[in-house]
Order: sequence, then C-alpha cells, then structure tokens
Amino acid sequence: MTALSNLDSSASPSGVAGPDATSKSGTAGALVRKIRTGAPVVPFLAYVILVLGVPTGTIVAFAFRSNTGGFTWSNIHTILGTTPLTEQYRAGFENSLKLAVVTAVIPGILGTVIAYAISTSEHPAFKRIVSATSGVLAQFGGVNLAFMFIAAFAATNGLITGWLNSIGLDPWNHGWSLYKFWGVAFVYMYFQIPLMVLIITPAFAGLRPAWREAAENLGASRWRFWRHVGVPVLTPAILGSMFLLFGSGFSAYATAEALTGGTISITPIQIGAILQGNVIAGEQNVAYALAFAMIVILLVSVVIYAYLRKRTSRWLL
Amino acid sequence: MASLELSTLVADPSAIDQPYELDSPLKKRRIRLRWGRGTILIIAAAYFILPFYAGMEYSLQRPTGGFSLTPLSQIASAPGFGAALWLSTQLAVITMLGVMVLMVPTVIYVHLRLPRFRRVMEVITTLPIIIPPIAYSVGVLESAPAWLRNSQYLLAVVYVILAMPYVYRSLDSGLGAIDVKTLVEASRSLGSSWLMTIWRVLVPNLRAALMSASVLTLALVFGEFTIANVDNWQTVPVWIYLAPTDNPRINTLVAMIALLATALVLILIVSLDRSQSRKSRRAQ
Repeated sequence: MTALSNLDSSASPSGVAGPDATSKSGTAGALVRKIRTGAPVVPFLAYVILVLGVPTGTIVAFAFRSNTGGFTWSNIHTILGTTPLTEQYRAGFENSLKLAVVTAVIPGILGTVIAYAISTSEHPAFKRIVSATSGVLAQFGGVNLAFMFIAAFAATNGLITGWLNSIGLDPWNHGWSLYKFWGVAFVYMYFQIPLMVLIITPAFAGLRPAWREAAENLGASRWRFWRHVGVPVLTPAILGSMFLLFGSGFSAYATAEALTGGTISITPIQIGAILQGNVIAGEQNVAYALAFAMIVILLVSVVIYAYLRKRTSRWLL
Repeated sequence: MASLELSTLVADPSAIDQPYELDSPLKKRRIRLRWGRGTILIIAAAYFILPFYAGMEYSLQRPTGGFSLTPLSQIASAPGFGAALWLSTQLAVITMLGVMVLMVPTVIYVHLRLPRFRRVMEVITTLPIIIPPIAYSVGVLESAPAWLRNSQYLLAVVYVILAMPYVYRSLDSGLGAIDVKTLVEASRSLGSSWLMTIWRVLVPNLRAALMSASVLTLALVFGEFTIANVDNWQTVPVWIYLAPTDNPRINTLVAMIALLATALVLILIVSLDRSQSRKSRRAQ
C-alpha cells in the first residue's frame, strides 16, 4: 500500500508546475526574488481584499457596534442570549441548518450516483452537454426556479400536481407544501444536485482504470473493488463536496424569498426582513450579528472542505 | 476463492475467444451496468426536465386550451422590461471584461510560476460560492464609497467576485489540458513579451475554457437576485420578481427563456468546440 502510494505520488506531478524559483532562502536576494515572483498575483489579491475582504470585515465590525457607534455585545446577545427576540432567531438558525444539511446530504448522494452514471458513459459529447447544463443550473437558481416550480407544483393548478393527483399521489394531500420546509428543500435540490455533479465529476475521472484492472487481476469482484478501493479513495472528495453544498444551501436566499414570499423562517430571510425595515427600531445591527454568525458557520465548513480537499489530492486530481 | 475463479477463467478458452457471446460474464455485466445507468439517468432527467416543461406549458398556454406564441411578443412591451434587460446586458459585459482581465493573467502565471499558490487560489475562489449573498450585500453597501454605492455599476464590481469560482475552474481545467510550459517557452524564446504570449498564444488555445467561463458569467449576471434586490436596481431577475404585469405568465416566460437561452448557448459552445477538436485531430 505504502509502496504503491510512493510510486503514485512520484508518477503524478501536480499539474504542469514549472520549476520552483524560490526554493533558496536566507539571503536578501532570495527575499527580493520572492517578492518579484509574487508580484503578478497582487492585483488579484488586492481586488479580493477590497471587494470581498473589506465588506466581510465590515459585517464583523458592525456586529459589535451599538446604535450610537460604540462597542457592544448586545447584538450577539440578542441571537445567543435570552432576549425576547432570541427565540425567533434561534428557530431561524435551526431551520437554516436543517435545510442546509438535508440539501447537502441527499443531493450529495444523488449527485455522486448521477456523476458516476455519467462518467461511465462512452459518449464524450453527452458528458460535455451534461457538464454545461449542470453549470447553468448550479448557479442560475433563485427567482427563475421559484417561478418554474410554482408552475409545476402549485397546489391545484400545478401541471405535475395535476398528474400526481390523477393517480392518487397528490403530495399536497399528505401534508407537503411547496412553500414550507420540504417544498423549499425539494426546489433547492434543483441547483444542489447539478452543483454536486459539477464538483464530483473530476474525482471520478481521477479514479484510474489501472486500479480497477489491478483489483480485477487479483480476483476482486465489483463489490470488493468499490468496498476496498473506490469508496475509500472517493470518500474525502464526496464529503468535501457535501460541505460545499452545505454552504451553498445554508446561504441561499433568492429561491426561498421568491418561493415563499419571505414567510419561511430561515436566517437569510430574517436578515433580508431586517434590511427591508421590518424590524423594531434599534435592532438593525442584529442583522450584522446574524450575518456574522452565518459567516462563522460557513468558515468552519470551508476549513473542513479545504482539509478534505487536501486529503483528496493525495490520491486524486 | 478468487484464485479459483481466475484459474477457471483461464482454463476455459471460450471466455477469451468469444468475449462478446451473450452468456459471457463480461457481456452480462456490461448489460447490467447499462441498465443501472439508464435508470439513474432517466430518473434524473425526469426531475430536471418535467418542472421545466411545466414552466413552459404554463407560460405559453392559452386560456381556451392549446398553445400560443403571443406571450413572446408581449414580453417586449411589458413595462420596465426593456430597461431591466439593458441594465443586465451592460452589467454582463462589464463583469465579463473585468473578471477576464483580472483572472486570465493571474491564473496563467500561477500555473507556470507559482504552483504553491494554486491551493490558496482554489480556496479563495471557493469563498464566493458560500458567502451568504444577503450578508455580503449588507457588507458591500456599508463599505462602498458613496459614489460607487449610488451607481448601478457597483453590481458589476461585486459580480466579478461572484464569477471568480466558475471562471477559475474553467481556466484551471483549460490550462491543465494544454502544454502551457512548452507553449510559453517557445513563444518567449522567439522574443515575444509576456502580454503578447498571453494574448497571441495562450488565449487562442484556451478559447473553449474562456467561452464557457463567459457564458457562466452571463448566467450569473442574468440570474443574480439577492444583491440587485437589496441594492434596489431592477435587473432582469428583480424585474421577474417585482414587475406588476397584467399577465403573470409573462414573468414565468421570461424566467424560462433566460434559463433555456443560457443553457442552449453553453451547449452550443461545447459542441462546437468538440467538432473543432475532432477536425484538428483528423488533420494531424
């Protein structure tokens, strides 16, 4: 196993990496060389810091700002402590987390299965069309999807609701609503599954045929190949992608807003409501505290994603 | 057990001589695989196509039954739509130019000279996917200088960040598919400058990646709702949501057309590129 891993890592240099010019260290010349090597990425970094970093920092700062401009814990206290408003925001977080987990795990599994089915296809044109469509669906999202699903699954007028009703399977008769939790989750899958397909497909491409042939030559069945080689190699990639899906589901706003008209109680909708002025005077900065709390949760999921990606690249990509 | 199977397989020459006979285990497995794959793909296709069909049917159906294309002609005269389309188009063009100028040289450089920075870039370009747009829009409005905050082009500045993940991934896989190092060394040793090398050598080779990145950026600008809405600019998605038309089917129709058009353009690009590469391979 270790021998194989050594062989493997030496056989696959990462990308088309050029020679590393900055390996020498210790002298002033090396430092100058280092700065010069790094200079061309400065515009990119500067843009990211100004347009992504500064706004994010502002949210954090405002989360600790009182209405008069001083430092305060009260915004944080509103969402974590025991004020009259706490209950409502805690419920929002619970719903958001539940929604994010549901729309990470189910589309994560379905997306992996679909990506595998596509990766075994022998038609490259089909693969490319699927990846193009996934790209559009994964990020178009929002309002367009809400209008589409209302046309398809609205209570009585929806086309598909009508079909299901005629065979006695109308989900609306069984407590399901397009405008409640499971309805929103159902619509989220429409962009979460393509996102999963998009990010997990390269992992299947990295599953080398040689491993399968080796396993088969040693007498392994299909099941044993997947049990001992395929799944262990893919697990970090699948888990990592699910954390990305978690982030995407946790932070989505447009779909839920357009679908439910802002009636579903999830954190992004609550922030939106505060911004639109539907709030008790003096509580505006709670929006920043909520946004800050979301960012903290998302940072944790990105760190896990980055770690799992590192694990993945030991074998794949 | 396993070795037994292997030896019987070798001892029985028929399995090797006629691997495509119907009763050979290999063929059976292929058929089973195909069935499994077919079922999965059909269910997936149903989930993705049926709501789409329902949306189209809803927006093109006549009250008396049957279909009609008249809603299409009503779009243009719907109040506010022209302005929304013009704003979204402007934003799309600016965003595409901005993201390309910022990302193309950087990604190429990192590929060639700074491979250690690749993982950093990967993580940075993942952030926009997961940062909550609603939180981000608050932060942008609070931190932008007044002249920018009062301009609709603030959206383009922000969309460049949102487009990065897709542009980076397209470029990264595009660069992985060509021999960048040889191309650059050849071009440089023939005396061309860095900018010339990027513009005349690498960009033509990355055409497919750049095209798909542009279309994804287009899809993003024409689909983004949250920030435009919070910022009170009526782009196409905000119009779809807010526009009080006398016929609500028009809004659904616009939503469907935007989705369909983007998907078709992207599919067209990837299939054109496919036929291009087949042609060039035949020429060799």
